[in-house]
Formats: sequence, C-alpha cells, structure tokens
Amino acid sequence: MVSWFQKNLQNVMLAVTALLLATSVNVNAEVAAPVVPKGKGEQCVEPTAEMRKNHMDMLKHQRDETVHNGVRTKKHALKECIACHVQPDDKGQVARFGEDEHFCSSCHNYAGVNVDCFQCHADRPQELIGKGHKIKPHHTADFKDKTINKDALQALTKVSK
Amino acid sequence: MKLIRFASIDGNSNGYWALMALFAAFIMAALGSSYFMEHNGHWVTGMNNQIVWGLPHVFAVFLIVAASGALNVASIASVFNKKAYKPLARLSALLAIALLMGGLVVLVLDLGRPDRLIIAATIYNFKSIFAWNMILYSGFIGIVGVYLWTMMDQTVAKYNRVAGISAFIWRLMLTTGTGSIFGFLVARQGYDAAIMAPMFVIMSFAFGLAFFLLVLFAAYNGTKRELGDAIVLRLRKLLGVFVAAILYFVAVFHLTNLYATEHHGVEAFILRDGGIFTQLFWAQVVIGGLIPLALIFAPQLKNCRKSLALASVLVILGGLLQMYVIIIGGQAYPLQLFPGMEVSSSFFDGVVNSYTPSLAELMLGLGGVAITLIVVTLAVKALDLLPVSMADAVADPHHKD
Amino acid sequence: MKTENITDTSKRKFLGGAALTAGIVIAPGVLLQTVQAKPDDQPVTNKVRWGMLIDTNKCADDCTDCVTACNTENGLTGFERPETDSQWIRKVTLKDKQTGHVKTLPVMCQHCETAPCADVCPTGASFKREDGIVLVDKHICIGCRYCMMACPYKARSFVHEDLTDQKDHAPRGKGTVESCTMCVHKVDKGESPACVTACNKEHKAMYFGDLNDANSDISKRLKQYGGKQIRADLGLNPGVRYQGV
Repeated sequence: MVSWFQKNLQNVMLAVTALLLATSVNVNAEVAAPVVPKGKGEQCVEPTAEMRKNHMDMLKHQRDETVHNGVRTKKHALKECIACHVQPDDKGQVARFGEDEHFCSSCHNYAGVNVDCFQCHADRPQELIGKGHKIKPHHTADFKDKTINKDALQALTKVSK
Repeated sequence: MKLIRFASIDGNSNGYWALMALFAAFIMAALGSSYFMEHNGHWVTGMNNQIVWGLPHVFAVFLIVAASGALNVASIASVFNKKAYKPLARLSALLAIALLMGGLVVLVLDLGRPDRLIIAATIYNFKSIFAWNMILYSGFIGIVGVYLWTMMDQTVAKYNRVAGISAFIWRLMLTTGTGSIFGFLVARQGYDAAIMAPMFVIMSFAFGLAFFLLVLFAAYNGTKRELGDAIVLRLRKLLGVFVAAILYFVAVFHLTNLYATEHHGVEAFILRDGGIFTQLFWAQVVIGGLIPLALIFAPQLKNCRKSLALASVLVILGGLLQMYVIIIGGQAYPLQLFPGMEVSSSFFDGVVNSYTPSLAELMLGLGGVAITLIVVTLAVKALDLLPVSMADAVADPHHKD
Repeated sequence: MKTENITDTSKRKFLGGAALTAGIVIAPGVLLQTVQAKPDDQPVTNKVRWGMLIDTNKCADDCTDCVTACNTENGLTGFERPETDSQWIRKVTLKDKQTGHVKTLPVMCQHCETAPCADVCPTGASFKREDGIVLVDKHICIGCRYCMMACPYKARSFVHEDLTDQKDHAPRGKGTVESCTMCVHKVDKGESPACVTACNKEHKAMYFGDLNDANSDISKRLKQYGGKQIRADLGLNPGVRYQGV
C-alpha cells in the first residue's frame, strides 16, 4: 500500500529545492564595496590582511581567556577595537552598530554576517556614550535575510530625534 | 488471533484537513508568541526574576513526561511479551516521539537565547542533569525511531526485542532525569526530594496512556475502523492503576514532608494556605485522581468508552495542574535564607511570589500540543501505523468465537 | 612552560610581600583594604580565593550605599519594573520572630566553593574561576534559567529586555542570566569591589580579601571573630561570610 507521503515524495522534494534556490539567488549585485571608517591610531595591532581574515578567532580566543582566566591584555580585546575604530564623524556624531558608518557593521552589513557581540557589549567607546545621535535599540534579527539592500538598512537604522 | 494488517489512513476527508488546519493555526500562534517573547524580552510574559519558569515549562515538562508514558503499550508488548498490545505498539512509539518533539519545541522556544541552541547541543557540563536530559531526549527520539523501524520492516524485525528493551530502559532513565531536574534542587523547599524521580516515572505512565487512549479513540472513530472491547478494557484498567499510583506517590511525598518540622511551611503553603496553588493542588487530586478513578472502575461504566475518554481528558488536565503546582508553586514559596527570621527586601525576599501567565505563554504551550498532534496526524497518513481492524476477533489473543 | 609559571608566581609573591611590608609601615589602615594586583597576561590561579566579610553590626539600617555603588559601577539602570529588573546586591531586613530584633545586611552572590548554579548549568556558562569568583560566561549562556532555580541565595537575575550603552567592563544583554561578579574587572586590577569601597567611606561593614592567605585582613578577622555562612546547612562553603547574624 503506497501512502500519501510516498506518492508525493517527488513533489515535496521539488518544492523544497525550488524554495532553496529562490532564497539563495536573492542577492543584489549592485551594491558598492563598504566604506570602512578609519581608526584613531596609526597602525592596527595586526596587519590588515590578518585582521580581515582572522579577527573573529582572535576576539573569541581573547574572550575565553578574559572571562574564564582573567587575562586582561589589551592587544586583542574588543574594547580596544571599539576604542580605536569607533570615532565621531566631522559633525561629532557617533555611529551605532547596525549603521553602515559603524566600523563593525560597515563590513558585516555588506557581507550579511550577523554578529551578536553588541547585544551585550557597548558599541562605542565609553566616553562617547551619551554623545552624538541616538537610535532605537538595534535588533540584529532584522539583518537575518541576507540581502544587501541599502534602503532597507537605512530604514532600519533611521535616526529617531 | 489472526494476522494483523496495518494500513495508513486515507486522510482526504474534510475532517482530516480541518484538523490539520486547526493544528497549523495553533502552531503559527505559538511561533508568533515565541517571536513576541524573544523580540521584546521576557518581561512581556508573566515570568520574572522570582518565577523564572512559567507556563511554557508546565506544558513542556508535561509533554516530555507524557512522551515516555506513551510508550507504555509498545513496552508491554515487546518487553513483557503481551501479545494483545502488539498491534498498537506502532502508534504507541510514534506518539511517544511526537509528544517529545512537542515538549522540546516549547522548551527551546522559551529559552532566553534560542538562537544558541547549537551551543546547548555541542557544549555539555556533565555535572548538570539538564545536559544529561538533552542527551536523553535526543537519544529517546533516535532509539524509539529505530524501535519503530524494527516493528515496521520485516528485514530488521529480529532486532525488535533488543530495540524494545533499550527503549524501555531509556524511557525510564528519561523520566528519572526529568524528575531529577526538580529533585536535585537542594535549595528550594518545594523540591529537593529523591521521590520526585519515581513520581515522575509514575506520572509519565498515566499521562502518556491517557494521551494514547484519546489519540486511539480519535483515530478509530475518525476512520470508522473497528476497535474491540477487549483491548480497551485492558487499557482502562491499566490507566486506573497508574492514576491510583500517582495519588499514592503524592500522598507519600507530602506525608514525608509533613513529618519534618523544617518542611511545615511549604506543606502548609501547598496544602492549606497557598491560595491558588492550594486550590489547584486539591483540584488535581479530585479532577485528575478521584473522578477518573470513579469513571474507570465504576462497574456500570465497564464498557463505556465515553467515560474512559472523559477520564483520560481529566487525567491530562490533572497532570497539567500537578505540573503547575510543582513547577510554579515550588517557586512561589519563598526561599528560606534565614530560618526563623521574618525577611523583607527590594528583591521580594520572604514574600510569596506572584505569577500571572500571559497569553503568549499559553499559546506557546498549546503550540507544543498542536505540534504533537500534527505529527501524529501526518504520520498515520504517511505510514502504516494503524491496524485495519482492532476487532476482538482479529486482535485479541484470548478471543473465543 | 610550567617552570616559567612557577618562577613568575614566586616573583609576584615576593613583590607583593615587599609591597605589603612597606604599606604597613606607611599607612596600615588604608593598605589593609587593598589587594595584590595580578599581571594582565597571567591567568588567575587557585592560590588565592577571593572572599568578603560583612559585619552586620556595622551595617546601617537605612544605608544602601553598597547597592547604589554596584548599580553605578555595573550600569544596572533598570526599567522601573522591580519584578524583572536586575539586582545584583540587595539590602535584606531581618526580624527575629521571637525577640523582634531587627537588622539589615546586604546579600549578593555568595561565590560558593561548590556552586549549585555551576553544577546545574547545561553548557558550563555558569562557572567558578580558579580564584573562587563565580561568573556567567554570557557568550555561551542559553538563558534556560536553571541556575536561578538552583541558587539558594536568590542572587541571580535574568535580563528581561534589550539593553544599550552597557559599561565596557560589565557587558550584559537580553536573554542571559547575570549576578554579582565581585567586580572581577576591578579585582583583576588589584582593586576592591565597588560595594566594599563604597561601604568603607562611612560604615566600614564590608571587607574584601584573600581567604587563602592567613595573613590577609579578612582571614585574620574571620579567625578572630568568626563568620557565619548563610545556609551553612547546604555545605556550599560560600566566599561571603557574615558577622552578627
């Protein structure tokens, strides 16, 4: 006795495949490369190429060392990245994580890679908190669909006065 | 006893699709509720820093416990070689898997960070009974899945008994582990008792069987297949024994506590002064215990299926009440940091904690039940789970023509 | 590698000892509250066990300086929802049912040696550092709240809503559990926790130090006057001890 599921197996598989294809080709090819804000310092703690490729591993290693073992060296600490790379612009405004002007999200928005660091960590240097513009609390969930659509991002990070 | 023939159901009636639509609607509501809770944070629920586990946990623990019990029929058939139960073993195993899935979804969707489920699945602290439970739960689905396979595929049928015994041992470990989540909480007056583990095992027997009976009735009524009195009577008596056993365990648990002065406070709270929790406790004893017992064992109702179905509904309701009293009542009673002292603080020390479940929590919990039911409804259509006839002449090994 | 570590530690001990001697000569009262700083690149060890002693006889009924200091230090602003807002330290008022005697004392994470929260945590996010400080690794906390069920001291809070502009030394976020860190960021720099510092401005009811060091102020006081554990019956050997309860 052939059951309903067995009879329709082929259709189900087709539907699933179509769904997967539909989601994966949804990439907007017209987006320009991200503009990454310059840091405060002269030179990063590691060569740029090394940072681009491996910053996540360094941060993760440092995070475990700090939380579990109390190692508090500054070289690979997120706090120091933020202190150097998140700076006010000409008008004294500080970008928040989620905005294209923020050091981390400039690339992460472009690459469509979701990070949850800033649900707990401050996204700008301590002395700049309270300065510049304020936006609504950001929700990284909003970036889950992997399209790179500038309008959508701007709408999400719109400044509320 | 003749050869049992199994067949999937047609599942094309309006009733079937209406049922599917209903379950799907509940599941959508649960997903929406979960998104609402996770997006805003748990402050939108009734849970807080005092009552940290709420209605979702009542449903989740109930479903997980019931999952183990739903395997009763299959276990009796394979482990204890009772032929009468064999025809229903497939449904029993499938329902066990479905109940566990429903419970786990609720549990996961209530986490503070459900997005980190992968962490829970990859990093284990083996001193945590919770971590052990994650292994027990996923292992249960796997083992019962294999067990079901050995029932349905003649080429692997020779492994049926091994799989059945493994599943039986595993399910006992699973409910022991679930009861121990509470039994191991040494600091809280309402928990910290070794009897929690066996009590949860007995609770699983009753809740799971009640759920099984309702699904069985619905399936055979819905498909107009024949269901004989002999098997129903067996299950009826079994349910009665399990319900009585729950009452026995509840009585022993509270009597032991009543003997120790240390526990008088929490006992008075649950049994006498606890307001809603006291009412729910006694409601559980009456609705989930005494009334079902009467319905099951009243000689006039011996072959009355409606009374058995009603008893099953009441056992499930009583089970949910019992979980509510254990999980939420246990947290509502204040922690005793300074025995003999009256305490107060800005952090609700020394006061009975209040909890008002939100609609989102209720919908999430009901969504778990809907997931269970939709899995069963789909499975009986996709797989040959149900005997074409459960008439006594076909299915009862002791039937005399 | 191992020998290197041993040399390092002994060097530190030597330096610390020298500093302590010098300090006692100059200003004994002040130095007794300070602790030995750990080099930034060294992991913590179990040679020290940080602890606190609270003399409830000196704790003023109407004073909440320790609570305020904790909230300021760790950025616990809250949403004016007392049932869901985080509280890492709270003042508890005790009234003896027999005698009517009333006193107040601060209660926070007791930093147990055998911490129930760490035992029950499925992912190991709740853990005890080598130096006895109990923490939550929020990177791997899944927000199951079993630790809150297990804690005998009601010391933990769950973050119930979105947070922004956290302190950079005290990251905290929605969906994870948190509690007193004994101001681990200060301790690692050789400072005392914020509550202890605040208390010492006026009432001097709180002491912080190394319980493993028989010569530390806190150990000497504990040896001389004793110190009770809250719920000693549980055998958890907490790092926070109380006098006068």
